[in-house]
Amino acid sequence: MNKILLIIQREYLSRVKKKSFIVLTILVPVLFIGMFALIGYLAVKGDDLGDEKKVQVIDESGTFSGKLKDTHSITYVYTTGNYDSAKASFIEDGYNFLLHIPPASSSVQIELLSEKKPSATTIEAIETGLSNIAEAQQLKLAGIDTAVLAQAQKRIEIKAKQITEAGEKDAQTYTAYAIGFLSAFLIYICLFIYGTQVMRGVIEEKVSRIVEVIISSVKPFQLMLGKIIGVGMVGLTQFILWIIISVGLSMVGGTMMAGKAMQSKQMAQVQQTVNDHKELKQVQSPDKGMATIMQSIESIPVVYTISCFLFYFLFGYLLYSAIFAAVGSAVDNETETQQFMLPITLPLIFTFALAQSFIINNPDSSLSVWLSMIPFTSPIAMMIRIPFGVPAWQLALSMFLLVLGFVFTTWVAARIYRVGILMYGKKATYRELAKWFMYKE
Amino acid sequence: MISIRNIVKQYGGYRALSDVSIEVEKGTVFGLLGPNGAGKTSLIRIINQITAPDSGTILFNGEPLGRHHVERIGYMPEERGLYKKMEIGEQIVYLARLKGLSRAEALRRSKYWFEKLQIQDWWHKKIEELSKGMQQKAQFVATVMHEPELLILDEPFSGFDPVNAEIIKNEILELNRKGATIIFSTHRMESVEELCDSIALLHQSHKILDGKVKQIKNSFRNGTYILECEGAGITPGADAPFTILDDNRTDEHHHLRLKINDGGSPNDVLRYMLPLATITRFEEIVPDMNEIFISTVNKQDK
Repeated sequence: MNKILLIIQREYLSRVKKKSFIVLTILVPVLFIGMFALIGYLAVKGDDLGDEKKVQVIDESGTFSGKLKDTHSITYVYTTGNYDSAKASFIEDGYNFLLHIPPASSSVQIELLSEKKPSATTIEAIETGLSNIAEAQQLKLAGIDTAVLAQAQKRIEIKAKQITEAGEKDAQTYTAYAIGFLSAFLIYICLFIYGTQVMRGVIEEKVSRIVEVIISSVKPFQLMLGKIIGVGMVGLTQFILWIIISVGLSMVGGTMMAGKAMQSKQMAQVQQTVNDHKELKQVQSPDKGMATIMQSIESIPVVYTISCFLFYFLFGYLLYSAIFAAVGSAVDNETETQQFMLPITLPLIFTFALAQSFIINNPDSSLSVWLSMIPFTSPIAMMIRIPFGVPAWQLALSMFLLVLGFVFTTWVAARIYRVGILMYGKKATYRELAKWFMYKE
Repeated sequence: MISIRNIVKQYGGYRALSDVSIEVEKGTVFGLLGPNGAGKTSLIRIINQITAPDSGTILFNGEPLGRHHVERIGYMPEERGLYKKMEIGEQIVYLARLKGLSRAEALRRSKYWFEKLQIQDWWHKKIEELSKGMQQKAQFVATVMHEPELLILDEPFSGFDPVNAEIIKNEILELNRKGATIIFSTHRMESVEELCDSIALLHQSHKILDGKVKQIKNSFRNGTYILECEGAGITPGADAPFTILDDNRTDEHHHLRLKINDGGSPNDVLRYMLPLATITRFEEIVPDMNEIFISTVNKQDK
């Protein structure tokens, strides 16, 4: 036992002391926060930052003249005159675009000319403007008052509520989405990162031949377990540091933003844009949107979610890293690992792909439930489901199966590992691995 | 010290050791010889409990070999290896602690060895920054730090330059004088004759020869001698007590390799030759370990 502790200590310290660990630990939260800050900034200021576009409008129908409203980036200038002559001269006249609207009776389509390809947002903005005017025009012709219509078109918001033992509570679907997705994504990425680290460590020991010296002092199983636990602790350390640094940075950033007296409207816009772009248009009062988000974040059971996350990260990691260790022991260099990597990572990739599309939309379908039970897929699938609420018995069963799965893979991996680390120059095949597994102690 | 009894080890369809029994006495230097693939490394790994035999037993000082014995054994594998990116001093201490030493004790002893082998300036260097010879010295220190009663060295001199090989050889002999039993596996025969008290020869998983070096060499004597004399040489008659195997002569020098007839003695040869020529050299040809090794292995192959 003492010797396992020694191995854990070495594995842990040798990694934590590395420059790459320190750099990564600091850089990731900075980049992450920076990225969000940039997205937020662009969402607020994006329109202002874009080029000013001048559009020359030749309206032969007479319906649209003077009605298209200028936006941040688009200015409409109405001219009369010949379309063909304008075509030849609009660029020299200082316009970026030439919008030609044929007479209403004509079958010719509306055309937008430009020197360069217009961006999709520009086209969309012009199309929306034209459609709105055309729609109002048609309604008016049909004798419908647009003011009455606007009132009739009140947006209806559904308030989703969940029935729980404590009574009703607000079901914050969007927040559940975000939390579920984020934690599943973190687990997915980290299983790869730290699993690969274990594998590299095993290969390093094998290639440098120190493994034979070490297992003349300790059992191969002790070495394998020590390495897995040591690397796992590095992972946890990195997580905790990431969280601390992120929280610290956001607090500093938040104070700075507040110092600049950023208007609540803008804040809300940032939040909304990050959250869901579509929603932006429909939010009536920005203050209300902001409040909803704050409220929904508060409604998440933080301790419960974080505990589940740590559990699934830890045991998911233990389960997979044992397999990664076995693969590392079977090969002589990293390129040889390719043939084994796909079957190992397939369940992860498959679950993660499903997680984004299917599980997150159908958290209680039988496929989702099954995936959250199978130990190879449950760390990702269950984390998607947890924010939506999972029955206690399902959670307990899933955790139990995951622990069982971890014990099983570690047992299998250890049997392959003990033989593999002493095999050199032999091309490892699945048959070979099966043979190693069968060897007596 | 170590009794190896009827060890069998099979890897799938490949037999690495068949019914091998060897006795290694306390305080001796024991040579484990054999061509590549004979089973030396398999046997060494079994003694180190890296792998377990399919059948057979090993006794360590009379008790069945168990986990607690690893701290009394030091092992230097043929393929040397240390962590490339770890500082050498830290690494030695780590390996010693895995053998059960406390940190303080490991530090104290590593200082002693580093000074003895004059590598103390390299304490903070990483292995990858060291020369090959320096790495080998570090590896040796890692092997002997915990003062093992049994030292198992697989090809200990391979990779050393002559100067460092001499240093390590002397260290090994000094440890042996202090009471350590040493097993080393090699196929370099000159070091065997110089160092080993006893040997065992493995070939294709079988032990084909073992015993004290002197006795083995004696048993391989076959009455062959070299005789040199001055002058144009002699031609022995049919009554000579020997047969000539090899005859090299010049005008003033005569070199003979001869085999004494059955029942004859060296004195008979001298008595016969003395009246005929001035003898300058008369010497028995004792087969060296290399010849014994090759002839025994070849005999086995036939």
